Amino acid sequence: MKVMVAVKRVVDFNVKVRVKGDGTGVETANVKMSMNPFDEIALEEAVRLKEAGVATEILAVSCGPVACQETLRTALAIGADRAILVQTDVELQPLAVAKLLKSVISKEQPKLVVMGKQAIDDDSNQTGQMLAALLGWSQATFASKVKIAGEGAEVTREVDGGLETLSVKLPAVVTTDLRLNEPRYVTLPNIMKAKKKPLETLTPDALGVDVTPRLAILKVVEPPKRKAGVKVADAKALVDKLRNEAKVI
Amino acid sequence: MRAYTAPLKDMRFVLRELAGLEQVGKLPGYEEATPDTVDAILEEASKFAAEVLDPINYSGDQQGSVWKDGAVTTPKGFKEAYQRYVQGGWGSLPFEAEWGGHGLPKLVATAVEEMLTSSNMSFSLCPLLTQGAIHALELCGSEALKKTYLGKMIQGSWTGTMNLTEPQAGSDLALVRTKAERAGDHYRISGQKIFITYGEHDLAENIVHLVLARTPDAPEGVKGISLFLVPKFLVKPDGSLGERNSARCASIEHKLGIHASPTAVMVFENAVGHLVGEENKGLAYMFVMMNAARFSVGLEGVAIAERAFQRALAYARERLQGRDLVEGAGTVPIIRHPDVRRMLMLMKSQTEAMRALAYVVAAAMDFSAKVSDPEMRKRHQAFVDLMIPVVKGWSTETGIEVASLGIQVHGGMGFIEETGAAQHLRDARITTIYEGTTGIQAGDLVGRKIAREGGATAKAWLEELKRFDAELAKSKNPDVQAIRASLGTGTQAVADVVGFIVANAGKDVKGVFAGAVPFLKLMGVVAGGWQMAKAALASERNLASGEADKSFYEAKIKTARFYADHVLVQAPGLRDTVVKGGAGVMALADDQFLAA
Repeated sequence: MKVMVAVKRVVDFNVKVRVKGDGTGVETANVKMSMNPFDEIALEEAVRLKEAGVATEILAVSCGPVACQETLRTALAIGADRAILVQTDVELQPLAVAKLLKSVISKEQPKLVVMGKQAIDDDSNQTGQMLAALLGWSQATFASKVKIAGEGAEVTREVDGGLETLSVKLPAVVTTDLRLNEPRYVTLPNIMKAKKKPLETLTPDALGVDVTPRLAILKVVEPPKRKAGVKVADAKALVDKLRNEAKVI
Repeated sequence: MRAYTAPLKDMRFVLRELAGLEQVGKLPGYEEATPDTVDAILEEASKFAAEVLDPINYSGDQQGSVWKDGAVTTPKGFKEAYQRYVQGGWGSLPFEAEWGGHGLPKLVATAVEEMLTSSNMSFSLCPLLTQGAIHALELCGSEALKKTYLGKMIQGSWTGTMNLTEPQAGSDLALVRTKAERAGDHYRISGQKIFITYGEHDLAENIVHLVLARTPDAPEGVKGISLFLVPKFLVKPDGSLGERNSARCASIEHKLGIHASPTAVMVFENAVGHLVGEENKGLAYMFVMMNAARFSVGLEGVAIAERAFQRALAYARERLQGRDLVEGAGTVPIIRHPDVRRMLMLMKSQTEAMRALAYVVAAAMDFSAKVSDPEMRKRHQAFVDLMIPVVKGWSTETGIEVASLGIQVHGGMGFIEETGAAQHLRDARITTIYEGTTGIQAGDLVGRKIAREGGATAKAWLEELKRFDAELAKSKNPDVQAIRASLGTGTQAVADVVGFIVANAGKDVKGVFAGAVPFLKLMGVVAGGWQMAKAALASERNLASGEADKSFYEAKIKTARFYADHVLVQAPGLRDTVVKGGAGVMALADDQFLAA
């Protein structure tokens, strides 16, 4: 079974994100970038499926600028067998990524697509769902446990009320939550091997996908600074403030 | 927050702009070391250091290794961390592919080693000693020994030790007494060794001791010392482990620092040993590895300084105390106070200078090993030989100074163990002692590296500094010009002292050696200034070309300027100490020291 994993290059989770001076987005120049942690979990799951003899090949795909090659090399070092970069400098939104992935999928015919439930930069939480809809495949989001059995998958997902277990038919799109697994450390021998694994580059044009942004970002601002608290005299004053100042009740 | 984050930006800058990673990657055999691969290696090593080794650094210091009935238990988490180290394949980085290594350059290994040491110096000593033992076997061992031991040691499933010191034989190994009796195809080793780092532990299934000992008919002194391999468990012909050898750990030391690293007293009683190389050449083999070992300890100075700096910086940003001298009102983080900033800048600038020099020397080791032109090889090797005592002596002395400043930044909290800053000073304290004290390094520098060859290599280096001055002269940046002025004065100070040593080593050997350590410091201060000036120039170039990381390059130039004004300016004073101070050192009679 071929498994495809989508990985996104994002600002590293340790970096304190700053808004660009002109308010058009966040500063990414000279900032440490890494693989989206949710995608790392997705990749780890795919590698475990391969180690368990369920998956036979792991394909890692990323969409974005040429620097995403670095993220794909990391994916190859973690355990992907080959990688595809859909290279573009256009700012990609979830729908465009879903379309690009769909187009790659029609060529590659994986039986299972695993990806992070969201990326830690824009937190959209849309691409997996959109992709499943475009493909007309089953989807199981927020996975905390994945079991492949025959032509289907049993996926435990984290929902507000607790855990929910779904049975989905393959092919399917699974998006991963934080507790699915703990990604391994990359080993030196695997870094060296990753150099020799194939990394192919495609373009949106070649895939026939229009990636023009559909959403316009009006403004990006820092969250307001927290103000110092005040002491209230009694419960009545508190209720009054909650009702009239904070307007939450 | 993490206590340690690998300074990857500075490391990459030094690798690329100062140490010549690109040229190193073009040397025959190092083709794998492409910039993107090296980046990936640094990235993953930094994760391992920060996420696996750093969390057990403080707890390891508090718990320490424990001896009971001949067995040593390392602190909680060390065993698991070591397994991960082995799984990660990190130990195999610099070794030949023939034995399962990756054959990567010393330069790359150096950056990785710095991270491992910064995150947990006590832990890093186990791989370090193993690497030393591997080098010795690679260079001097028979094919049979290599076949039996190298693979497992490079993989990390067996570790290595160096058994040199005995109670009466410290810096002076001529006094070694451990005996080796021939017994068929092997030897029987008997004697006691002390200060054996990781001589006994629970991290790996076997320990391979390399032991200096004398055969019964060996000549007196250093010419009668041989090197033996003594395994903790004997190895059967099929490579599996056999019976326990009588190489036992009698106790471990209670030390000022590196508590997690067990320092063993080893007792050998008719233990089975195998000769490494030829009889009576043990000390020569040790000297082959000496450069690598001394370099590594110098790097420990850099590593501890970096860690101490990061901790002090974090504290200075958080600790609210006092008011801003100009703005007044309101309590501010202490990083706003000029004297705290001065200390932080001293820590930062010297750490960066030491890192740069160490990496440049590492690159020179790569060139000397792989460059095809024999003349160039020789030149690089001569530079390495000159600078090894400087990297070892200067970086460790300065490492202690930086760790001490780190405590000072913390004020009273720094003196409290729970804060964690004190550990760095305690850990750093050994670095000026083992693998040859600073005094031994300085003696090596003055005697073997300068006086014996009439200062030839030092003078060649001074020529390079002069050529570099012409490059600096072209800069229009006022900071670079200020650095240039200080570096010029520093260069002259070194030239003066080299001249003094060459002229006087024959006439007044005690007077010259009395100034050896100040001279070593002078060399370090100026060599560090040379690298900081290079860093400033490279930064100016990158800024002009519009390369993006403005904040980093601007900070680099300002840091280099600070180094010039606060550190490099010490050069003329150090020169005067060497040139004029020798007589004062020797002036008193032994009984005049104490006026009681």
